[in-house]
Amino acid sequence: MSRSSSGPRTLADKVWDAHVVHATEGEPDLLFIDLHLVHEVTSPQAFDAIRLAGRSVRRPDLTLATADHNVPTIDINKPLVDRVSAKQLEVLSSNCAEFGIICYPMGHDNQGIVHIIGPEQGLTQPGMTIVCGDSHTSTHGAFGALAFGIGTSEVEHVLATQTLPEQRPETMAVNIEGELPPGVTAKDIVLAVIGKIGTGGGMGHVIEFRGAAIRALSMEGRMTVCNMSIEGGARAGMVAPDQTTFDYLERRPHAPKGADWGDAVEYWRSLPTDEGATFDKEVHLDATTLMPYVTWGTNPAQVVPIDGAVPDPSSLAGAEDRDAAARALDYMGLTSGTPIREIVVDTVFLGSCTNSRIEDLRAAAAVLDGRRIRFGLRAIAVPGSRRVKDQAEAEGLDKIFTTSGFEWREPGCSMCLAMNPDKLAPGERCASTSNRNFEGRQGRGGRTHLVSPAVAAATAVAGHFATPEDLDR
Amino acid sequence: MKPVTVITGRAVPLDRSDVDTDQIIPSDWLKRVERTGFGAGLFAEWRDDRDFILNNQDFVGANILVAGHNFGTGSSREHAVWALLDYGFEAVVSSQFADIFHNNSILQGLLPVTVSQQVDRALLDAVQADPTLELTIDVARGTIEAPAAGITATFSLDEFTRERLLNGWDEIGLSLRHEADIDKFEARRPDWLPTTV
Ligand code: SF4
Repeated sequence: MSRSSSGPRTLADKVWDAHVVHATEGEPDLLFIDLHLVHEVTSPQAFDAIRLAGRSVRRPDLTLATADHNVPTIDINKPLVDRVSAKQLEVLSSNCAEFGIICYPMGHDNQGIVHIIGPEQGLTQPGMTIVCGDSHTSTHGAFGALAFGIGTSEVEHVLATQTLPEQRPETMAVNIEGELPPGVTAKDIVLAVIGKIGTGGGMGHVIEFRGAAIRALSMEGRMTVCNMSIEGGARAGMVAPDQTTFDYLERRPHAPKGADWGDAVEYWRSLPTDEGATFDKEVHLDATTLMPYVTWGTNPAQVVPIDGAVPDPSSLAGAEDRDAAARALDYMGLTSGTPIREIVVDTVFLGSCTNSRIEDLRAAAAVLDGRRIRFGLRAIAVPGSRRVKDQAEAEGLDKIFTTSGFEWREPGCSMCLAMNPDKLAPGERCASTSNRNFEGRQGRGGRTHLVSPAVAAATAVAGHFATPEDLDR
Repeated sequence: MKPVTVITGRAVPLDRSDVDTDQIIPSDWLKRVERTGFGAGLFAEWRDDRDFILNNQDFVGANILVAGHNFGTGSSREHAVWALLDYGFEAVVSSQFADIFHNNSILQGLLPVTVSQQVDRALLDAVQADPTLELTIDVARGTIEAPAAGITATFSLDEFTRERLLNGWDEIGLSLRHEADIDKFEARRPDWLPTTV
């Protein structure tokens, strides 16, 4: 099974090889899992099964839980109105107490979206294997970790064994050369990639994002890119660790300290893909041609530049794409040919594990500073974690948001998937910094357009899709 | 898990591509802490539309779902598989499955049948034309057949997965055969790797 244990290897192969506990020809490799992140939605049935089978949690010390998907973002000190959600949150806390797992419940200083808190605590490090019962676990790949989403049966498997049987994935290089034009962000890079490869384009592959445009990104930006690799169908997304990675990690609570730091960095420096290693697939994008993007349909590959217009389904190549586009336009209440800038929105959501880190909030606040959002528009800013919230408040960003007319909320997944009270009404149109524009994702009948934080903020001011530069025109 | 060997029955044609797990089971349903009862939530939002295929009486009782390309994308929620099983489906046919959905299905004994796009199209058309059409899926032989419509096709499964399905092996039990290897691996992990405590 070890396809490439000699000769030049890719980053993904190196991390894989370093975690094989057992390999037998004709069977999946048994991989050791360095970090298992847990949240309230995909874990209760796994804990139940563990109890039922009389098993225990093998490595509570490599497991961390937080409450994020269900939690309300206002009045968190009051009892939850939604009793079903309240029960699920209680079950998470009691399961963690029973099995000795650290849990950050609602209101805790370290609580937040599971993919925000791993990196901010320094738990996400290069070369690790990380799993979570959540598809956006790919976010952690920004550090050069192999991180992927799993289902509840696999959550149970990792709880019981700290391993997972996995087929070695194929590798795909996405090279983004050149420099991004001003105003174009990490979110736009990943939307462009998904638009190019399609929602199934990365299937069975681990994507390594490479090239000058990726190297130039901050860790926050790299996380945004890796976060959405699952929207291109990929098993995981990765970026090779470099000085930017080490600088981000140094002195984080769980980062190696003292002499260990040196040992760790030395190992991390050995991880990047070797010269001459080959990928199963390669995709190239020229960063200089990228623009701010807006999705128009009901999957993240249905995307156009903000300068563009709603496409005409009959202009698409395949019959399936034409049908899907026609159905999407019907659901989205859009007419072919409408310039994207003329589409009026009702709501702006700034948040989610894609874009709720401090840098995202700063980018939006920079646009909103000294401006007011469009009268009648609803805009909410939901920081990814309590730490992000505290930092934003220390920088005065909360004041900029509230002065502009945004609501400033408590951390959680919120309107990204609308399991808490933050939902769209049927027909309500939203510019969202999240990652999925699926039908009903943000509330039944809701219409989601995915954008970057800067475009979201400018759109809130203009009332229709806009870039920050548009506001000065 | 109980063994999956041969599945015979009628099919429902879900002629859509890129069906994501948010559609299969909307997020409102994910608040439950049980593993059963998700059938009522299967395609809950689409079922509000009277013309949605699952509301068509001709297809009541079918145990095979024939879907378009790229089925089960998006969220990792295993609830999607529980909902399909609870509703009464034993197999899903598509020309491509999203990775996590595929894994979840195998682990729960919902058979994902990956066929070519031509065969997928032919099956969709055949069951649309004749809701009583009987299909047979044979895991050991790796075949899907609808003799009355003249369709015979193969689907691929890696040998290990096939054996797991045919024997109904418990996945955790399989991994625990290697417990000594896990112990050894743990003993040689570097000290500087993080713990959550
Ligand atoms: S923010 Fe959205 S995508 Fe991210 S973990 Fe929460 S629900 Fe999932």
